[in-house]
Order: sequence, then structure tokens, then C-alpha cells
Amino acid sequence: MSERAQLLLEIADDELILGWRDSEWTGIAPFLEEDVAFSSIAQNEIGHARALYELAARELGTTADELAFDRKPEEYRCSALVELRLPEWERTIARHVLYEQADAERLGRLKASDDAELAGLAAKIDREEVYHRLHAEMWAERLQDEPRYQAALEELQPLVDRRNGGSPELTALWEEMTSVRRSQPAGTTW
Amino acid sequence: MTQREQEFLEYVQSGGQVETDDWMPDEYRARLRKFIEMHGNSELMGVLPEREWILRAPTLQRKLALTAKVQDEVGHAQLIYRVVEDLGKSREECLDDLISGVSKFHNVFHYPTKTWGDVGVIAWLVDAAAIISQKALLKCSYAPYARIMKKICWEESFHILHGRDVILTLMLGTDDQRELVQEALNRWWGPLMQFHGNPIQADEDPMVIWRIKSQGNDEARQQFLDGYVPQIWELGLTVPDPELRKDEESGRWLYTEPDWDELKHVVTGHGPRTADRLDLRRQARENSAWVRQVLLAA
Amino acid sequence: MIYEVFRQERKGQAFQHAGSIEAPDERFAEWYAREQYGRRGESTALWVVRRDAILPIEEFVDELNRNYHRVDGYPLKEKLKEARERAGTAAPRDR
Repeated sequence: MSERAQLLLEIADDELILGWRDSEWTGIAPFLEEDVAFSSIAQNEIGHARALYELAARELGTTADELAFDRKPEEYRCSALVELRLPEWERTIARHVLYEQADAERLGRLKASDDAELAGLAAKIDREEVYHRLHAEMWAERLQDEPRYQAALEELQPLVDRRNGGSPELTALWEEMTSVRRSQPAGTTW
Repeated sequence: MTQREQEFLEYVQSGGQVETDDWMPDEYRARLRKFIEMHGNSELMGVLPEREWILRAPTLQRKLALTAKVQDEVGHAQLIYRVVEDLGKSREECLDDLISGVSKFHNVFHYPTKTWGDVGVIAWLVDAAAIISQKALLKCSYAPYARIMKKICWEESFHILHGRDVILTLMLGTDDQRELVQEALNRWWGPLMQFHGNPIQADEDPMVIWRIKSQGNDEARQQFLDGYVPQIWELGLTVPDPELRKDEESGRWLYTEPDWDELKHVVTGHGPRTADRLDLRRQARENSAWVRQVLLAA
Repeated sequence: MIYEVFRQERKGQAFQHAGSIEAPDERFAEWYAREQYGRRGESTALWVVRRDAILPIEEFVDELNRNYHRVDGYPLKEKLKEARERAGTAAPRDR
């Protein structure tokens, strides 16, 4: 696999798994307006993942769905940060803040890349991420004096750059995520 | 009825529109608010059966579509509760009453979703039944509610297409996939037939008399059958009611009388999943109470 | 705090009241309004205003029927008929 494909998969996996986790708040977020807002963030993340998988898929001779669903848990290259299930709002926001910071730097590097296709996609994604960053900032300001939020930031910070692949959390998510898909032979249309 | 109430009744019956700060008879206001509140509750509770499947959607496109659909439902709850709030009952009070079982929500959201087939059937048929009621509400005499119904109906239009797409894909797939659809349909048919409510005559239905609803329950049900039984049959699916047929002379659909006792039993809080879904709502609300406090403090 | 949202569906059209949202401040109100009234590309522009900044006006006084500055103050049918008759240009059905 080329370095380019590996990089694409790393970012796509981050966005996919984070989007999957963020979508878990749809319907049960702290209040209705925020529920609608956060669901859009989750959908954007899945959308980014899809676009990135599609780029990689062309190079690897497969499809975005196959890359997203049909690899084994240990083959995913996402950060330990996104793999965790975080049913507490302060931990979800802490992750959101940390992720957006790290992702902004990453996208900045990609936008400056010689690879025109990659740079172009990075620019598109970044234009949506601007809003995610705004959202993260807005919440960070509101929660900054909350001890549980501070604790969450401390807890999650070390996980940003850790990429182990196949953690128990990810494996559990993967099994649920692929349960319907795996109920029929590979190549079945859904 | 007082003179003023009589005049109001004639006003709404001749198509008059009512705004938030207008004078309303107590009965009108009470029925209106209860009706709209139940609608809001239903959107909020309707989210829960579908949420589980967001996590298990088998393709990226289905994942996005299903998340967007559920997001819409949350958005609808927001629109609807705002209308109730302007009628004098706060969102928090509405949620209190929902969680404690004092107020109700539609029957269909008390039932379990067991397979991906349910996801398709709900989006295709349950949403279709709902949209028939919602289109009739576009003519509600209470203008703020009629206005949000426009936005709601517009957003629902993709839900039905998404549902139909899921179903068609399954019906074109493996034997197991086709079986998923038939099996889900068999389970959902009863609740669907009960969805529009018991067969009270339109001219005896207070909701129609006050022009809150513009369509009787039976009329809505007939419209549903007219639109969707052909769609079901053309895919080779069967409906689990041997009596179901259209009487060519009258143009009316005939069917086995739905179990109205079951409907009453379910909407008064005894559905198969009522308790644990209300519990989920209660817990989610408790866990995030501190967030609402922090946000409103500053 | 309640914010009222007005939306413009297409350029050139009037802004119309679309609904209201609850938000703790302007930044949140902007995020939430954009989502509730624009996530589907259904609006080209939104105006978001604090509800308490809106001045409602519902009373309009016209005790003395000021129709001199309205179209309904100018019923010309009779005068026109008379003028045509005088000029001999009355339409057949007027005679």
C-alpha cells in the first residue's frame, strides 16, 4: 500500500469512527437545538470519511464502503482518541476540542501538499471544519470552568497521537457497526 | 357555549386563522395544546426505535440518510415544543409529563425494532401514515402550528423516498433480505392500521369541529390504504390481513377491524418498549441536566 | 433566550418569519439557526433576532375612514359612464 493510501486511510478512519461515535448523540443530546447541530457535525465527519475513502479506493481498486466496513478491526488506523465510547457530554466536548485542534494542523499540512487531488479535498473538508472549530470553541468557553471538563481534557489529551489499531473499544464498535452488513455474503447490496 | 365562543367556532369553521396572542375558548386552547404536545412527544420518542440502527447502518449512504432522518425528527420536536411553549407550557414541563407517563405519544413508537427490515418499513410506511396526518394539519386553524407543518412536510418527503429505496434494495436482494421485509411488515401491520386512531365520525370529532384537524381518522386510514397497499402488493409482499380488499363499488378499503383495546393499552403506557424508552429519556435528561444549567447560568 | 429566525428562500425574495430557537447567546443562536433553517440548502440567507428586540405592532387606528389615499376611495364607474354619454362614446351596453 502506498504512503498516500495509508495516510488517506488514517484520516478517513479517524473521521469515520469519530463520526460514528458523534452520531450516538442523535436523539439524546443535552437539548434539542444542540442535538440537531451535533448530528450535522457527525454527518459531516462521515461525509469526509466517505470522500477520503473514495480517493483511496480508486488507488486500491475497491470501494469506499468496502474500506469503511470490510476490513478487520486491527486494520483500522484511527487514533485511540476517536475509538472511545464517551456517553458523557463533557468528555465528548473535550474530545471534539482536542480533535479539531489536531485535525486543523493536519488539514493545514495537506492543503499545502504537492498532491493536487489531496490538497483539493483537504481544502473542501477544511471549509466545513471551520464551523466545527467554531462549535468546539463555543462549548469550550462555556465549559472551561467545569472541573469535569478539565478532567476530561487531561484524560483524553494523551490519546490524540496514539494509533494502536484494534483496541477492545474499536472491536466492539466494529462488531456492532458491521452486524447487519455481515449478516449477508460480501458484495450484497443494502 | 358563550356567544364569544360560538363566534370563534364559526370563525374557525369558515377558515379563520388564529395566532398566539388571539383570544381562544378554553376548550380550544386545551385541546390544541394537548394535541400539539402529543405530536412533539411522538417525534421525540420516534427517534429512539431508529437510533439503534444508526449504529448498524450497512453502508455509508444509509448511515448518512438514517442519521439525517432521525435528526429531522429531533428538529421537528424542537419546532413543535416551541409552539407548545408559546401556548403556555414550557419544554421542561412537557418533558416532565412525557417521562412520568402523564402525557402520551403515538402507538407506533412503543414497539420494538428488531431488524434492518424494520428500518425500511418504518421509513416507508410509518412515515407515510404520519405524512397523511401531517398534510391534513397544514390547514389547522392555529396558524403557528400550520406554519411549522409546512417545514415538517417538506422534510418528511425525503424520509419516504429513503424508506422506499431501502425496501426496494432489499426486495431486489437475497432471499434473506426479502424475508426481512416481509417479516417486519407482518409485525408492523397491526400498529399501522391503528395509527390513525379509532373510527370516530369526523363530524363528531372535536378536533375536526374546532378545525384543529381537517380530516377524520377513517378518512386518513383510507387514504393510507389507497396509497400504499398497491405499493406493497406490487413488490410481491403480502399483508397479514386476509380480509383486506378494496370494494370496487364504494371505493373503500375493507379490512379486519383493528384491535382498539390494544391501541388504548399501548398509548396509555403499556407498549412492549414504553417503559425502557421512557427510562432512556429520563436518564439522558438527568445526565445532561448540568449542561443546561451551565448554559443558562451566564 | 429565544431568538426569532427569518429566512430568505431565494435572492430577491422577502425575508419571512421561519420560527424560533432557544440559545444561550448569539454564537449559539447563529449555529442553531443555520442548522434548523439552512442545513438542507433551503435558505439563501437568515436574519436572527432576539425576541425581545422585536417591536410588535397590532393596532392600526382609522376612525374616520381615510380612503382618500387608498384605491377604494375612488369609485369611478358612475362618473365614467356619464362622461362617455356626454361625449357620445358610450359603450353599447351603457345605453
